[in-house]
Amino acid sequence: MATYGDARLSLFGDPTRRAIFELLARRPWSVGELAKQLPITRPAVSQHLRVLKDGGLVVSRSEGTRRVYQIDPAGVGALRAYLDRIWDQALGAYQQAAETAPDDFVSRRKS
Amino acid sequence: MSDPTTIPAINGATTVRVPIEKAFRVFTSSFNTWWPREFHIGQAEMAKAILEPRAGGRWYERGVDGSECDWGRVLAWEPPLRLLVTWQINGSWQYDPDPEHASEIEVRFTAEGPERTRVELEHRHLDRLVDGRALRDGIGEGGGWSSVLEQFARAAASED
Repeated sequence: MATYGDARLSLFGDPTRRAIFELLARRPWSVGELAKQLPITRPAVSQHLRVLKDGGLVVSRSEGTRRVYQIDPAGVGALRAYLDRIWDQALGAYQQAAETAPDDFVSRRKS
Repeated sequence: MSDPTTIPAINGATTVRVPIEKAFRVFTSSFNTWWPREFHIGQAEMAKAILEPRAGGRWYERGVDGSECDWGRVLAWEPPLRLLVTWQINGSWQYDPDPEHASEIEVRFTAEGPERTRVELEHRHLDRLVDGRALRDGIGEGGGWSSVLEQFARAAASED
């Protein structure tokens, strides 16, 4: 199971892929719309979408002549994976903040 | 709660080389200074993330355009030992005000020495965030994530 977990984590390892996932989390997008929004080409967008789709985080559907992508709204896997990623980064950032904050920073803020 | 279809909670932990009171204060009062900026819910860029320091307080973000977006509520405020908040952002990235749909985040602080504090976090009741019909899909996936979290805990610990 460890390799499976590693594979899922790596879905978010690429910053562009994560950016795409976060856009899709907010609303459905087509490949063309994503390519306009991001500094990468359409084929590159398609490749990231394929990885996310193969990983079970994203679903697609036909809408007229185009195909739109969104995170699987019924899939808890995507949400849990994303939250896991958030906490992973947040706790790391918290540790740094705690160990570098001046000792008296709170009392200064209160005064 | 003991329902076998419950989605596994997310568990994280880290150890910080500061006294427990400071560990709690940085986590709460200074939440805005360390929360990764890229994780925000509102459409606007996040200007500030705010955790109100009391039971019943709000937990929310304020965008650069002044708009506010709720994340949850503070359920328990027990400095310096424990913090319990709700996370009510659902799978569509919307705040769901229904308490029945609220997931919970519990943070526990344990002094391991005068200058050393263990911080353990559990994000649970994730099943409340999504439709019940989705639960069965996610259940088989639990095992993989615990191993990832173990890796994270090891990485955090190895920084000492």
